Amino acid sequence: MSTTAYEENPGRAGMRAASALVILLPPALLLFTLFVIWPIGEASWYSLFNWNGLGPVDRFIGLKNYKWAFESAVFQRAIFNNLLVIVVSLAIQLPLALGVALLVSGRAWGSVVFRMIFFLPYVLADIAAGLIWRFMFDGDYGLAAALTHALGMKPVYLLASDPWAFSAILAVVVWKYFGFHMMLYVAGLQGVDKSLLEAAEIDGANAWQKFRHVTLPMLAPMIRLSIFFAVVGSLQLFDFVAALTRGGPFDTTHTMVSFLYYFGVTRMRVGFGSAVGDVLFVVCVAFAWGYRRWVMRDD
Amino acid sequence: MSIRTLALASLSFFALAAPGFADTTITILHVNDNKAAVKIWDQSAADYNAAHKGVKVEFKYLENEAFKAKLPTMLQSEASRPAAFYSWGGGVMEAQAKAGFLKDIKGEVGDVVKTLSPTAVDAFTVDGKLYGLPFDTDAVPIFYNKALFAKAGVKPEDMQSWDGFLAGVKKLKAAGITPIVVGAGEKWPMHFWYSYFVMRIGGAHALADAKAGKDGGFKNPIFVEAGKKLQELAALQPFQPGYASTSHAQSAAIFGDGKAAMDLMGSWLLGMQGPNASNGKGQPEANIGVMPFPTLPGGKGEIGDTLGGVHAFLVTKTAAAETADFLKFFSSEKYAKEAAEVGAYIPVVNGTAAYIKDPLVKQIAEMLAKTKYHQNFFDQDLGPSVGRVINDVSVDVAASKMTPEAAAAAIQDAEEQQ
Repeated sequence: MSTTAYEENPGRAGMRAASALVILLPPALLLFTLFVIWPIGEASWYSLFNWNGLGPVDRFIGLKNYKWAFESAVFQRAIFNNLLVIVVSLAIQLPLALGVALLVSGRAWGSVVFRMIFFLPYVLADIAAGLIWRFMFDGDYGLAAALTHALGMKPVYLLASDPWAFSAILAVVVWKYFGFHMMLYVAGLQGVDKSLLEAAEIDGANAWQKFRHVTLPMLAPMIRLSIFFAVVGSLQLFDFVAALTRGGPFDTTHTMVSFLYYFGVTRMRVGFGSAVGDVLFVVCVAFAWGYRRWVMRDD
Repeated sequence: MSIRTLALASLSFFALAAPGFADTTITILHVNDNKAAVKIWDQSAADYNAAHKGVKVEFKYLENEAFKAKLPTMLQSEASRPAAFYSWGGGVMEAQAKAGFLKDIKGEVGDVVKTLSPTAVDAFTVDGKLYGLPFDTDAVPIFYNKALFAKAGVKPEDMQSWDGFLAGVKKLKAAGITPIVVGAGEKWPMHFWYSYFVMRIGGAHALADAKAGKDGGFKNPIFVEAGKKLQELAALQPFQPGYASTSHAQSAAIFGDGKAAMDLMGSWLLGMQGPNASNGKGQPEANIGVMPFPTLPGGKGEIGDTLGGVHAFLVTKTAAAETADFLKFFSSEKYAKEAAEVGAYIPVVNGTAAYIKDPLVKQIAEMLAKTKYHQNFFDQDLGPSVGRVINDVSVDVAASKMTPEAAAAAIQDAEEQQ
């Protein structure tokens, strides 16, 4: 068989790519299937059953687990709380992080120290941070107790208060994660071309105009990324709820994940928990896919 | 080193190691963090191992929440399944039995059950099959601070009736004392109150009837009335401020610090109130009194009816035959007596409760000895799903976030969703 080199080369390259695929794809595919696709499929299957985790999975109940979940006032409140975390993250945490980043993005010695200090909460384990704050908020023995005592006020029990307990969680979320977003912005700011800022200055732009028309557009990809992290992180919030309130008082401070844990796992309602997990999964995937498709497509 | 010594050394090594190969290892999982109790258990295992060549019994500790989360998975496969494990009885045990993970040891343990408290043995018998041997029991009385009672002019003997109890709470309030401490942040401490109201109103059959679906199940008037009584009490604001977020350990600290007069709690409070108190010592036992939950007017329950737990080691279906044999050995008077003497727990071996030295624990043991109706904790009896709903609604009703009717309906809904 005679072929020209011209015809032969692409064929060989294709062969090589194919063999690379055959060798390199299976391990990744296997791991992905085993640890991602399989559990998701299994959870979806269990979510159609009333199963307590023991014995055979044989009590098929259709979509009742989903119905029960959406009918539950606690789950509705959990979804609302998740939305609240997202709103607070976007409206307070990210602007705060950006503001602080602008202050500490310089290369001065002081900036580096402050960057470190603001980043420190992020390094702490969530559960440890939650327990520390639980102690601070405690109305009998904690920092709150000392504060109210010093001011001569009646003790305040923030974590026992129906409308305010979740605000305490929100405050801890902002405190814990704004440092992370600040670091993202600091990295982004260091990539902003100084010559553009100088050019704007020569053209007579004031500080706000420079920020609005040069820095902000240059920082946009980083902001889009940080919004992505903030939203996905908000949807997955669990540790602070577990450490600070366990969903209380009166089940008003649950998130979807803590609802899954306290109403699915600890109650041995594996089917019900799987249904909640599936809802959470769909929300996360829909957001991640939609966001990357429409918002981050140019990044 | 010559070949001979080497050969000798290796020979003796194999001689020593040989029994190891024949070992039957019996692992018993538990959640007890009471050091005195575990010391006795470990000793019993060591004694048994010494007398039985080739058998190795070992107690393994897992933290409570981790134990509950891991056990269902561990039971699934023979490789990870422990020979025996700690149990509170009730709904969880019934589910485990129904799934076929447990072994009926009635024939294997023989007459030893006759030496144990019959109510405790009953708690681990399902449809005539005995799945384990109980070792301890407990009752929940009202612990009170004698000095605070005296300061407010409250006498415990006046607190036995409902009106007297409410009057006592009012007196304590008037004296500026928090009448009752409750760790409602963990919910189950509040469900003790709701449970006792149900028991005092409905008597010995109330819970069993509701479970069986009689008279509207949990929606029956007894459970609604219990909620109303809880609200009647809560209307006096008897609980410490911020009780909705107080943890169990914090509540013990508040009692230990003498900041509240009463605590409806199991006897383990005595071991907790000291270490958790601000000064690390808590109330001296001489300042703590024990009294039963009051009776309710027109209620079927008696003052002597008790709420409390009972614990056993359940045997799994693939456990070695020696497992039941060890539990028999473990249930002998020797270890029960030791546990009683050091105050580790109230043993269920007949007659051994007499060895309890601690006067307060002794009083609780006497309540248990006299009781005609001992009820397992509602949340254990009903299993994790319905049980936790009872805990939820107890707190919600006490705080008037939920009506007694809605609470009863919520329990019934959970029962139907099981």
